[in-house]
Amino acid sequence: MAAGIKDKVAILGMGCSKFGERWDAGPEELMVEAYLEAMQDAGVEPTQIDAAWFSTHIDEIGTGKGGTPLSLALRLPNIAVTRVENFCAGGSEALRGAVYAVASGAADIALALGVEKLKDTGYGGLPVGNMGTLIPQWAPSGSAPGNFAQLASAYRAKHGVSKEDLKRAIAHVSVKSHANGAKNPKAHLRNTVTEEQVMGAPMIAEPLGLFDCCGVSDGAAAAIVTTPEIARALGKKDIVTVKAMQLSVSNGLESQHNSWDGSYFHTARIAAKKAYKEAGIDNPREQVSMMEVHDCFSITELVTMEDLFISPEGGAVKDVMDGFYDSDGKVPCQIDGGLKCFGHPIGASGLRMAYEMYLQLQGRAGERQLANPRIGLTHNLGGAPASNVCSVTIVGAYGA
Amino acid sequence: MAQQMVGLTGFGGYIPRLRLQRKSIVQANAWVAPNFLGKGKGERSMANWDEDSVTMAVEAARDLLGPDDDRSHVDALYFGSTTMPFKDRLNSGIISAALTLDERVRAIDVASTQRAGTSALMQALSAVRGGEVKNALVLASDHRKTKAVTAQELDFGDGAAALSVGTENIIAAYLGGASLTLDFVDHFRGDTEEFDYNWEERWIRDEGFAKIVPRAVKAALENSSVSAEEIKHFVLPCAFGDKFVQQLAKRSGIAPEAARDTLAANCGETGVAHSLVMLVHTLQTEAKPGDKVLLLHFGGGCDALVFEVTENLSTQASKRGITGSLRNRVEETNYMKFLTFNGLIEWERGMRAEQDKKTALTTLYRNEDMLMGLVGGRCTETGVVQFPRSRISVNPNKHTVDTQEPYKFAEKKAKILSWSADFLSFSMNPPNHYGMVVFEEGGRIMMDFTDVEVGTVDSGMEVKLVFRIKEFDEMRGFRRYFWKAVPVAASETKSQTGQAAE
Repeated sequence: MAAGIKDKVAILGMGCSKFGERWDAGPEELMVEAYLEAMQDAGVEPTQIDAAWFSTHIDEIGTGKGGTPLSLALRLPNIAVTRVENFCAGGSEALRGAVYAVASGAADIALALGVEKLKDTGYGGLPVGNMGTLIPQWAPSGSAPGNFAQLASAYRAKHGVSKEDLKRAIAHVSVKSHANGAKNPKAHLRNTVTEEQVMGAPMIAEPLGLFDCCGVSDGAAAAIVTTPEIARALGKKDIVTVKAMQLSVSNGLESQHNSWDGSYFHTARIAAKKAYKEAGIDNPREQVSMMEVHDCFSITELVTMEDLFISPEGGAVKDVMDGFYDSDGKVPCQIDGGLKCFGHPIGASGLRMAYEMYLQLQGRAGERQLANPRIGLTHNLGGAPASNVCSVTIVGAYGA
Repeated sequence: MAQQMVGLTGFGGYIPRLRLQRKSIVQANAWVAPNFLGKGKGERSMANWDEDSVTMAVEAARDLLGPDDDRSHVDALYFGSTTMPFKDRLNSGIISAALTLDERVRAIDVASTQRAGTSALMQALSAVRGGEVKNALVLASDHRKTKAVTAQELDFGDGAAALSVGTENIIAAYLGGASLTLDFVDHFRGDTEEFDYNWEERWIRDEGFAKIVPRAVKAALENSSVSAEEIKHFVLPCAFGDKFVQQLAKRSGIAPEAARDTLAANCGETGVAHSLVMLVHTLQTEAKPGDKVLLLHFGGGCDALVFEVTENLSTQASKRGITGSLRNRVEETNYMKFLTFNGLIEWERGMRAEQDKKTALTTLYRNEDMLMGLVGGRCTETGVVQFPRSRISVNPNKHTVDTQEPYKFAEKKAKILSWSADFLSFSMNPPNHYGMVVFEEGGRIMMDFTDVEVGTVDSGMEVKLVFRIKEFDEMRGFRRYFWKAVPVAASETKSQTGQAAE
């Protein structure tokens, strides 16, 4: 395996717009909001940025294609802008591009920015789109919740969990995220809910009810990265560095080969193993201080706890119900509210996750600040359980 | 040299499982049409939203052909219907592709009259007798469209029947027949019209059926050298009641008790398919070896065919046919659902339904066996089966290159691995059920489910596969077809197993 990027790249600054139904803002305004915060945090001038990576998913209703929307909105000094798109994991991909550019020495300072303007569709939920000319001719014309909900049926069949027990466990996942999101002024959904409310909500895709689904939000998030040496030279203290960035992409095994049982993410397990190795983590349950995972749906978060090797296989229901992932638990998860309550502007989400880890590691998370976190993990997923891309990023205090 | 015997060599049938209760129809319409209240008895078959004459014909043909992969013996396909989904695109070509018939099959659409099914059958019999065709498949199917608040919506039903014609293993020998062609317009449907325009029923009955049918019967009996008294089964689709059909038989010198069940009570008249539907039903119920059958269909004149049932009839005992289809029923009491499925209500489908369903015809043809025939691939080196077929195998242990041969999935045993009932995505019949279907002999497909009993689906349930409409492209008048999984209730699985053991 390659030497990896552990501690080769530091986060110089980050920014994140308010997420939510931003009727007041188009994608340009959202980009500028996140960018200005990140620039102020980094303390650099636009002319110091060597290259940028730009993530947006649904270009039809958002920014349009290409790198120009970012360059135009931010008036960048005619530098390289690469648009990346990898379903809902695009934000992590933008960050990976910028981090790799710095790690390679091709850039001293690089920008990663993700944005999504979803609330211009005229209806709730994610926009419907086509996947080329062949897939629509045979794949079910379903929805994201319908695809992720299938994890529940397969998980129950595999682990012998009753419908009721699993429904309550995934309800607790959402209750916890609402409690966290309520403390986050930038979050889309800031109300607390009870397990009974979650379990009694209207069904979206069995067994997922309304509160088992994340917010469909507008928003943008940005990161400016550089080398630890330049960060120090710029006067930065409490430097946060990237420990690992791994991406695993389905190759058809899950959707076409009978070795996958439908209850877990094949890619997440591969990405997690590689990321732990790159970061030098051998006991994630003990060593990871906190996580932001891709909780697009409550069931996704539950099975992901096992895929990241934090909960033992078949043990996530117990850990969730024990409060292991609550804000006062052993490994707090979705401390910023997660996709569930912070919201899920697709192209921005991976960077939003990193933003919270960065704030927590610097002790700047306000009311939701955790005590002395050292290692933060973000898990950013795109696609559906049977065919997806999965990113696992680990960040931490420099030297940790 | 005596002419070679030709005849029917097999049958199949398909009636959609939904049975709309006529009481629901007449009660909903009583405010405007109290005159129909007396017709509120029994039930009519009702196609699901994703069924049309083509998909129903495919189901009837699959019943006839059985699960064997090799269907190369079928060298002609005749499809009779007046509700074909395409005016110009060979509808029997769609059926042929779905059945994975050999490309050298002679496929012909027979249309424009209610006797298109019997005319198709006569063409097949002639072709086989002439020797150009050895094994012909004759399919008749109709998805009948009617305006709301009509006698027709009460009388009609949806369904299909299949017959095979050949010279070996004949179950009913063809003795002869006749066609009468008269431009008697009891109803018509103009080129641009969606619905039939009907003339007065009393005239159709007295001047049409009562006068035209007996002439066709006489001609057919003469041509087949069979006497009227010999006819044991008088098979005539007719909506004027059992008594009238019995009188018609009697008028031709045939015993009134030979008149066969028109299935008005539990199915409704399935249009072009109905004579064949009634014939299959007769062959499954009352027909015995040696019996002579008179098959009739009225429309622009009348077709009449005479058959003699043989000892080989018993070879068809395992077929679902019409009796099996009639047993597999689900009562539907929601008339609104019927109107919605048949496009008779303009309803708000939501913005999600606005998605463009344009089909790339280039892509469709490039992947024809995959999309129409559910044909995947099997690696000749490792034996790993997959859908879709690909140049590089999915086998995680050995990604072999260019080793795949076509592999048919449609008739293979499969179960549900994972599923959901989705209320968010647009569906003509929510919730939208779909999931991962895993095949016993290998391979899996994430696919739509249909004919679902809401609340009964779970992982591990067996499914059977059916060819259905996937989506309508209303902007261009196109429709996409693909295969769907039908969850099979545990009780049904048991009875199927029981049959296999017999």
